[in-house]
Amino acid sequence: MNLSNLLFGIYPYIALTTFLVGSLIRFDREQYTWKADSSQIFEKEQLQKGSILFHIGVLALFMGHFAGLVTPHSWFLSLGVSDMMHQIVAISAGAAFGSLCMMGGVILWKRRMFHPRVRANSRFMDLFILNWILVTLGVGLLTIPVSIYHAFSGDTSAMIALADWAQATLSLNANAALLDNVGFIYKLHLFLGMSVFFFFPFSRLVHVWSMPLGYMFRPYQIVRTKFVKQR
Amino acid sequence: MKVRANFSLVMNLDKCIGCHTCSVTCKNVWTNRKGVEYAWFNNVESKPGIGYPKNWEDQEKWNGGWELHDGKLQLKSGNRRSILKNIFMNPNMPTIDDYYEPFTYDYATLQNSGLVEATPTARPRSLIDGSRMEKIEWGPNWEDDLGGKFKQRGADVNFSEMEKQVYGEFEQTFLMYLPRMCNHCVNPACVAACPSGSLYKREEDGIVLVDQDKCRSWRMCISACPYKKMFYNWESGKAEKCTGCYPRVESGLPTVCSESCVGRIRYNGVMLYDADRIEELASVANEQDLYQAQLDLFLDPNDPEVIKQAKEDGIPDSWMEAARQSPIYKLIVDWKVAFPLHPEFRTLPMVWYVPPLSPVQSQIDQGNLSTMADGAIPSIENLRLPMQYLANMFTAGDEKPIVAALKRMIAMRSFYRSKHVEGKTDLKVLEEVGLNEDQVNEMYRYMAIANYEDRFVIPTSHEELRQEDFHSFQGQNGFSFGNDGCSISDNASLFPDKRKKTHDNLEFVRYHPAAKRSDGEKA
Repeated sequence: MNLSNLLFGIYPYIALTTFLVGSLIRFDREQYTWKADSSQIFEKEQLQKGSILFHIGVLALFMGHFAGLVTPHSWFLSLGVSDMMHQIVAISAGAAFGSLCMMGGVILWKRRMFHPRVRANSRFMDLFILNWILVTLGVGLLTIPVSIYHAFSGDTSAMIALADWAQATLSLNANAALLDNVGFIYKLHLFLGMSVFFFFPFSRLVHVWSMPLGYMFRPYQIVRTKFVKQR
Repeated sequence: MKVRANFSLVMNLDKCIGCHTCSVTCKNVWTNRKGVEYAWFNNVESKPGIGYPKNWEDQEKWNGGWELHDGKLQLKSGNRRSILKNIFMNPNMPTIDDYYEPFTYDYATLQNSGLVEATPTARPRSLIDGSRMEKIEWGPNWEDDLGGKFKQRGADVNFSEMEKQVYGEFEQTFLMYLPRMCNHCVNPACVAACPSGSLYKREEDGIVLVDQDKCRSWRMCISACPYKKMFYNWESGKAEKCTGCYPRVESGLPTVCSESCVGRIRYNGVMLYDADRIEELASVANEQDLYQAQLDLFLDPNDPEVIKQAKEDGIPDSWMEAARQSPIYKLIVDWKVAFPLHPEFRTLPMVWYVPPLSPVQSQIDQGNLSTMADGAIPSIENLRLPMQYLANMFTAGDEKPIVAALKRMIAMRSFYRSKHVEGKTDLKVLEEVGLNEDQVNEMYRYMAIANYEDRFVIPTSHEELRQEDFHSFQGQNGFSFGNDGCSISDNASLFPDKRKKTHDNLEFVRYHPAAKRSDGEKA
C-alpha cells in the first residue's frame, strides 16, 4: 500500500465514517453540545461583515463542489454541458464564491484570534477548525490559476479525473489511481477538504446539520404537554 | 373554546420598596453560574429610566414582540424568511455591553498587598476575558433611585406624548419601582422566533421554557422577546430564561422571587384562558384595545360552560378550584386594578401589575393640595406620578382604566381610614368607584393584609398522573446535562467540553496568612 492509496483510497472512508457515525453519536449522546455557539453577544460589527460573506461563500462552495463532483459525466453531456463549459463554470463560480468566503473568513479569523472577549471564549477546536478551513480554502483558491492554465490549453482531464474519483469513492469503489495524473495542489486540497469532514463531529461545525429549514413550515407557537398522550 | 390554565403573577407596585430581594434570591438560585452572571431573570428597575438592557422598551431599536402586518400578526423582527436570513448575524440582538460587562473584584489584593501608604483597593476585573476594568458603567439597576442625569433617564420611551422636561426638575420629579421577569406570555414572541423549536409553552401551567438540548444558539429569541428576558449564556452557547421556578410551582410552592418578597407585593395563582381566541385577540387593530382584549381572553372559572369544557380539556379539578380562589383573577378581573406591562407588544403577558399610588404627603399636610372628603387622602389629580406615564407603560397610553384602578385603591384607603380612625362606614366613597362593602373588604384582605395563603394559591402538578410508573425516576441523576452520569470521566470525552474553560483570574483569599494550603504550599 503506498501513500497515495492510503490518502485517497482509504482515508476518504475514515473521514466519511467519522463524519457520519461521529455526528450520530454526538447528536445522540451529547446533544447539549450541539449548537452554533454564536459569539455575537461579544462582538457585532465584524461578525456582520465576516459571517454573512463567509456563510454565503461556504454554502455556495459546498453545493458547487457537490454538484460538480457527484453529477455523473454522462448527465452533463446529455444536458448539453461540454467539459470545457463545465470547467469554465467551475472556475468562475469557484473563484467568485471562494473569494467571498475568503474575505469573510479572514474577517472572522481576525475577530476570533484578536478580539479579546471572543478569543478568551474560544476553545482550541474553535480556533483549529477555523484555521483549517481557511487553509483548505486558500489551497482551493490556489488551484484556480492551475485550472485556468488547463482551460487555456484545452485540457479538462484533471476535472474529469477528480469527478470520477469522487464518484468512485462515493459508490464504495475507491480507486486512488484515478488521481495519478492530477496535480499536487489538487491532491493537497482534497486531503485538507476530507479532513474537514473528519474533524466535523468534534467541532462546532455540527450546527450545519441543524440548518433550521423546518422553521418555514411550523406554526409560530409550540405547546408541549408533560403527559404522554393516550394512543 | 379550548380551556388552558396559566400560572400567573401580579405585582402590587404600590407596595414595592425597591429592595431587590427578589432579584438576589433569584440570582442565587438560578443564575449564579458562569456565562449568566450578567443575566438577571428578575431585576428591579427604577422608573423613569432606560433600564436593563439599555432602552429595552424601545422596539423601534430592538424590534421585539409582534406587530400587525396587513392585519395579520407577525413578529416585528420580520417574517419567517427574514428571520432565517438573519441567522448568520442577528441585527436586533443586544451585545453584552447593552446589559453590562460581568465583573468581579481583585479581593485578594486587600490581603496580599505589601506594606503601602494608601489602603489597597480591590479593583474590578472582567469575568469574560479577565482584563482590568477601569470603570463599571452599567448594571441591572444602574439608575437606582433616580441615579444619573435626567437627560439620560429621560430617554425612557414611556415619556412619549408627554412634556417630559418638567419632570427633570427636582420639585416635579417622580419615582417608581418596576420589578421585571419573564411574563410567561400567552402569545410568546420568543417561542415564535425560535428556528429550532427549542422554546415551548407548557400546556399544563403555561410556563415558557427552553429545551436546553434542542437549543442551537441561533439567538433569535434574545431579540424577539420585547421584554429582553431571554438571555444568551455566553459560556454554554444556549439561551436561558426565567423558569417560573417550575420545580417549586409543581409542588405548590411560590416562585423564589415571590416567596422572598419583603413587601409582600407578589401574588401567584392560576388564570384560565381560551386558547382558541389567542390569535384573534392578540391582533385587535387598536393597541389601546389590547388590555380589554386580554381581559376577554380570560375565562371565568365559575361559569358552568367553562367548567364543562375544562373537564373535557383535561384540567384537573384541583386546578379549577385554584382558579376560583385565584388572587390573580380577583385583582385582574374582579377589581380591575392590575394591568399587563406593555400590552402593545402583543405577547399577552401573564405577569400583571397594580399601578402605584404616589401621594405628595408633605404638601397635603401643609394643606397645599386638594384631598378627598376625609381631608387626608389625596385626590387622584394630585398624585405625583403622571397618569400618562403609567398609561404608556400599562395600557398603551389609555389613561381611563389606570385612573379607575387608582381611584378604587384610594377609595379603599379612604373607606378603611374612616372605619378605623373615625369609626364610621363611609359607603359613599365606595359608590363613586363602583365597589360595594363586601368587595372592598376583600380587596383590603388581599391587597393590604396580603397573607401568605391569600397571595399564593398554587395547585400542585399531578405528577402521579404523568408517570405510568412513578418510581421509575428513582435513582436517576436529577438536574444535569447530557451524559454527566455515564461518561467514563469528566475530563475525557471525544466531543468538546460542554462548557468553555475560560481562564479564571480569581485569586482566592486565604483568611489566615499563616494557614497552609491543602496542597502543602506555604502562603
